[in-house]
Amino acid sequence: MPDLSALTARFAPIKPILPWLLLTLALVAPFALSSYDLNLLARFMAMGILALGLVLIWGHGGILSLGQGVFFGLGGYAIAIHMKLADLPDGEIPDFMVWSGRESLPLWWEPFTSPLFTLAAIVIIPTLAGALFSWAVFHRRVGGTYFALITQALSLAFATLIISRQDVTGGFNGLTDFYSIFGVGLASPGTGSALYWVTLAVLCVAFIALRWLLASRFGILLRASRDGENRVRFLGYNPTPFKVAAFAIAAMLAGIGGALFTLHAGVVSPALIGVVPSIEMVVWVAIGGRYSLAGAIVGALLVNLARDAVSSAFPELWLYLMGALFIFVVTLLPRGLAGLAKGKAA
Amino acid sequence: MDALFLNQLFNGASLASLYLLAALGLALSFGLMRVINMAHGEMLMLGGYLAWMTLLVVPGAMGIILAIPVAFIGAAAMGGLIQSTLIRRLSARPLDTLLATWGVSLILQQGARDLFGAVGVEVRAPEWLTGSFVAFGVTLPSARLFIIAIAALVLGALALVLLKTRIGLLVRAVNQDRMMASATGIDVRRVDLTVFCLGSGVAGLAGVMLALLGPVTPNVGQSYIIPAFLVVVMGGLGSIVGTTASAIILGLFAALAQIFVDVSVAQMLLLVFVILFIQVRPQGVVAVKTRQLDA
Repeated sequence: MPDLSALTARFAPIKPILPWLLLTLALVAPFALSSYDLNLLARFMAMGILALGLVLIWGHGGILSLGQGVFFGLGGYAIAIHMKLADLPDGEIPDFMVWSGRESLPLWWEPFTSPLFTLAAIVIIPTLAGALFSWAVFHRRVGGTYFALITQALSLAFATLIISRQDVTGGFNGLTDFYSIFGVGLASPGTGSALYWVTLAVLCVAFIALRWLLASRFGILLRASRDGENRVRFLGYNPTPFKVAAFAIAAMLAGIGGALFTLHAGVVSPALIGVVPSIEMVVWVAIGGRYSLAGAIVGALLVNLARDAVSSAFPELWLYLMGALFIFVVTLLPRGLAGLAKGKAA
Repeated sequence: MDALFLNQLFNGASLASLYLLAALGLALSFGLMRVINMAHGEMLMLGGYLAWMTLLVVPGAMGIILAIPVAFIGAAAMGGLIQSTLIRRLSARPLDTLLATWGVSLILQQGARDLFGAVGVEVRAPEWLTGSFVAFGVTLPSARLFIIAIAALVLGALALVLLKTRIGLLVRAVNQDRMMASATGIDVRRVDLTVFCLGSGVAGLAGVMLALLGPVTPNVGQSYIIPAFLVVVMGGLGSIVGTTASAIILGLFAALAQIFVDVSVAQMLLLVFVILFIQVRPQGVVAVKTRQLDA
């Protein structure tokens, strides 16, 4: 382990003001950035919402999920299906369904015509899916490495299923070409920055709520079950509901992040939610700092900025860089960038 | 019984053989060190490319026989390198090991893409492996029969090593109780390294078998490694019998499910099956008895 104390000392004074600094930058951004850059920033902030959930389960709960893309995708597809339906003239079905030889809308698409149902679905479907899935595994006291492997299988199965059901999911190409959201044109002036403000607001609310949650008894029990699950049992608590609740909250944040991301990016596809993207989500948090909420947001922003810069110019270089980042951060900097600001004892 | 069922039964057996070869190394080192090497799938890939290169040097019937030891040794060496440079340093942090070895896997895949191209290379199977037998009205391709035979041989050899040799004795000792084994003077780190090399070598050998079935691509390992992870989850901690049983169960399940549904749904069903299985037996097919609390 290299001696990082000199570096740490230099970063330490900025630690308490970091969230405020970030917020100020985020508030100024719409007035300083071009609409293209603002859209990019908004996408990364949507990913930051997902990253907050990973801090809760991975950093504080010791639950490594390699399948957050699944919940991100559930939220993303929910809003995408709604927008596809909203743009349709009466009685028609989306073009890709026609190309695949379908003649009518699948039954489970119908409820997404309602904006209210869609909004509820974005929150409820990922939460329920996350709760059921994690309960099925945790209540039999299977966790740790086994859980991580099962989540990876989940993300593979989910992506494969979407690709193979081309006629109802859009297959490999995903869903794209959206024109309006809740009656407002996506291309009309002001929509972009309005969506940016919505994303920033959600991010702030999620940040404050998780900060409160992590300081509460719930947070203490979660950390206790991470460090010694059986000791927590001996103290008379059942850790399973805490772990399931944490996982469900993380799934909910991933779903909301996915829906906002889809709005900004204008596309949702298996390439954004499969095995590789799911594990990339973990690297954002690993680099930012798995124990730190602010660190996770910074990590999501930095990694995606770097990805944008590197992968457009040298796509093959990005994978080497990503692999090296994984190895470097995990072996030498397990607390991520936030660890530099916190000092050794923290 | 109809031909389709028998045919899928046979396919299931060969799928199970591949799952087993891919999962044995994972299960052995998981039992010893409680870590999973996410780059294990790339040992399959490495084995496949080594087979291809061997056949470039030695074309003809003997090439594939020669490729087996070459792939075994090559993958074992690569596994040893990963273990001694990376995994050993992370041994107390199993989840971090997952992430760091995933980084290795990304680099190896991209390396293969740059060296050999993204399309993949074809290994031409020798003539004695391209034919097929007909039994009970079912066509049995020789290549798949060969795979089943090799898997059985490897399993037998591994059992002999574990049960009859000194190194096997040491491995079983460390598997049972790492601290006590260390206290009696066993060099546990050397045992770790040996087992890791052995497991990676077996995966490399599995790569040769994959090369017989289709083109070797940079991500050829990925399609087998996730089912192999599920085999480890279901097998029971460090148990060879459990791993074998769960490889057979999952291989047959995946193949038989494809009679009724397509491949993608079969994959989802495989996961559902594993989750249902741990509802009944969370400790795996074979549970190793222990008094340790956090085994």
